[in-house]
Amino acid sequence: MPSLCRDCLTPFESGRRCPSCGRPRVKSHPELFELSIAHMDCDAFYASVEKRDNPAIRDKPVIIGGGRRGVVSTACYIARIKGVHSAMPMFQALKLCPEAVIVKPRMEVYVEASRAIRALMEELTPKIEPLSLDEAFMDLTGTTRLHGAPPAVMLARLVKRMKDEIGITGSIGLSHNKFLAKVASDLDKPRGFSVIGKAETDDFLRDRPVSLIWGVGAVSRANLERAGIRTFADLLRWDRRDLHERFGSMGERLWHLARGEDRRPVSAHAPVKSISNETTFSEDTSSTEILDGHIWRLAEQVSDRAKARDRAGRIITLKLKRHDHTSLSRRLTLPDATQMADRIYRTARDLFDQVGNQGPYRLIGVGLSDIIASSQADLTQDLLDPKASQRAKAERATDEIRARFGKDAIVKGRSLR
Amino acid sequence: MKISIERGTLLKAIGQAQSVVERRNTIPILANVLIEAEGASASFRATDLDIEVIDKGAAMVERAGSTTVSAVTLHEIVRKLPDGALVTLTDDGTTGRLTVEAGRSNFSLATLPKEDFPVMASSEYSSNFTILAPVLRRLFDKSRFAISTEETRYYLNGVYMHIADGENGRVLRCVATDGHRLARIDAPMPDNALDMPGVIVPRKTVGELRKLLDDDEMMIAVSVSETKVRFATPDVTLTSKVIDGTFPDYTRVIPQGNTRKLEVDAAEFAKAVDRVATVSSERSRAVKLSLDEDRLVLSVNAPDSGAAEEELAVAYGDERLEIGFNAKYLLEIANQVDRENAVFMFNSSGDPTLMREGNDTSALYVVMPMRV
Repeated sequence: MPSLCRDCLTPFESGRRCPSCGRPRVKSHPELFELSIAHMDCDAFYASVEKRDNPAIRDKPVIIGGGRRGVVSTACYIARIKGVHSAMPMFQALKLCPEAVIVKPRMEVYVEASRAIRALMEELTPKIEPLSLDEAFMDLTGTTRLHGAPPAVMLARLVKRMKDEIGITGSIGLSHNKFLAKVASDLDKPRGFSVIGKAETDDFLRDRPVSLIWGVGAVSRANLERAGIRTFADLLRWDRRDLHERFGSMGERLWHLARGEDRRPVSAHAPVKSISNETTFSEDTSSTEILDGHIWRLAEQVSDRAKARDRAGRIITLKLKRHDHTSLSRRLTLPDATQMADRIYRTARDLFDQVGNQGPYRLIGVGLSDIIASSQADLTQDLLDPKASQRAKAERATDEIRARFGKDAIVKGRSLR
Repeated sequence: MKISIERGTLLKAIGQAQSVVERRNTIPILANVLIEAEGASASFRATDLDIEVIDKGAAMVERAGSTTVSAVTLHEIVRKLPDGALVTLTDDGTTGRLTVEAGRSNFSLATLPKEDFPVMASSEYSSNFTILAPVLRRLFDKSRFAISTEETRYYLNGVYMHIADGENGRVLRCVATDGHRLARIDAPMPDNALDMPGVIVPRKTVGELRKLLDDDEMMIAVSVSETKVRFATPDVTLTSKVIDGTFPDYTRVIPQGNTRKLEVDAAEFAKAVDRVATVSSERSRAVKLSLDEDRLVLSVNAPDSGAAEEELAVAYGDERLEIGFNAKYLLEIANQVDRENAVFMFNSSGDPTLMREGNDTSALYVVMPMRV
């Protein structure tokens, strides 16, 4: 059976140890050198970066998260053993693992590490679809002759280089489509290398729960369960038309996924559907002044992301979470799409005033949706707000200054609140 | 209560009532119409708590009284009855039902106690005047298209009716804007209207008011206070709260220094805009106006779907200009023109443009250009 040593990257025919270096980190699979769609997922990315930069915490449980309140954004594998997982409220995590070292997230450092990893991936293929800072799909189809080695070898080399050069470990899922590649990368974390071949796809899926499908959350799972669908085997019993009728376009996708089919290409420019940012306060607040400062900062973050992608949106959403965890959300459709922080802020602020202060709040978020290309946005000015065009010019100038001298070169006084 | 009423009269009265009633509301009685019979007429009253309409119709009142019943259901029934039928409404006060009889048709409808029906508090009107229906019709018809639907700027969700200084003295003026276009329509100030407080008449009220204004001979009695406005004909009284807000200072929005003048046949222009805009499927369709010596080229370029161009002979004597507009806004404004010629006054491609009918300044429109 085709095999590969994950330490010295030697491909060989069979054996439990590498014939070249003698070590046992061997991956064997009948289709190992034929598959070319991969998913790379870093292992506890934020925590790994922190451990890399601070050897003193290397052997301790580490939780990345903001402040005393807030939620866990990443937990290292030691903390995970204690039951801590991401999105868990911080107080609960500390109850499970009181000895954990809490580290505030340092986004700039993570972005830097993510860029370095991206650069390594780009050496393998131009077809990279990043899902977030720490995971991405890669399509290595047709690269064997270029690299002089099949995709599996190049992927093993990628994670090896990530570890040696950047100090971050990752897991690889290798298969024949995106769905299965993503499922595979999760099978053997951390430092995993999992393969799902064509021949074994049906057997592999049959008894697994449908919640394996990315995008099937608690709500969809409940819906599916009501229809008697819990596993892929249940799904296979359904007629294609019935699935479509009951679940719409999602049903169509399920029908294909049940057969291990996923034709979505790995695309560097996956369409963006919405852009949003939110923040959880270290202490609940009902101060309009503080909230206003947050609305501005969030509007600016959303605007930055929209500008980076040359996108704009027509719908502005404001999200608020009260101290008792009840949520409020308001949205407004603009007559003309925008990517400008000023308009996003003003609209979100109007929405905030409409809600009235029902605080104290623990979370606030600003979002942009109904996304279109920015060339079709901000085409008209407001008749009643003649200063808007001046502010728009000031914002473009600010963007240019930042692009040259850094993010903090110039800020609005409002954002310091 | 027992009354007999001609089907046409009833349909008209109940028609106005059921359009005021909110389709989805949580207070059951608000879905009902209050019927009150006395003397030789019956009145039908409906409200959504912001607007109240009372419509009177001649009826044979056998037994005076009052009750409330679903406005929509009663309207549907009456609508489906044959023309010329005599409809008898009976409420004996004990069964909690209203019987509707016409010919061989017989209906029984659930009622709610009339005591629960909210009657809009009467208020002191500081200004009362009368105005001919077609004058009021022109004021609102020409301005209502510009009303904003944006809820955050609620003070733009209506027509601002007030007294202003026109070129030839005081005028009764209606202004509406959504921030992209603005309409400013004047009529000679009616007697006794001088002290009228400026009020923002809500969009829904404008729609209801429009139904009272079809008769060219009709005099409309208008009453205005800081918080309410009332429009009345002998048969119908429409009372509405006004929008509690400050209408923005629109005068600084109306450009004064626009000198580049374009004169164009309004109907031809509107048709041409409509034609070229067809190729673009985008929601905010931009039409480019390229102006040169007595020549106007309208063009639309939609990269995904196609391009269109049309040339019009116009009167234009200034230097070349290219300016873009939202096709919908341009169409709506061009459609307001009653006479032959529309006059556009431009400044630059980034500044608001003014439109009026010939030299008449009693109807003025401002539209914001679009980047093309």
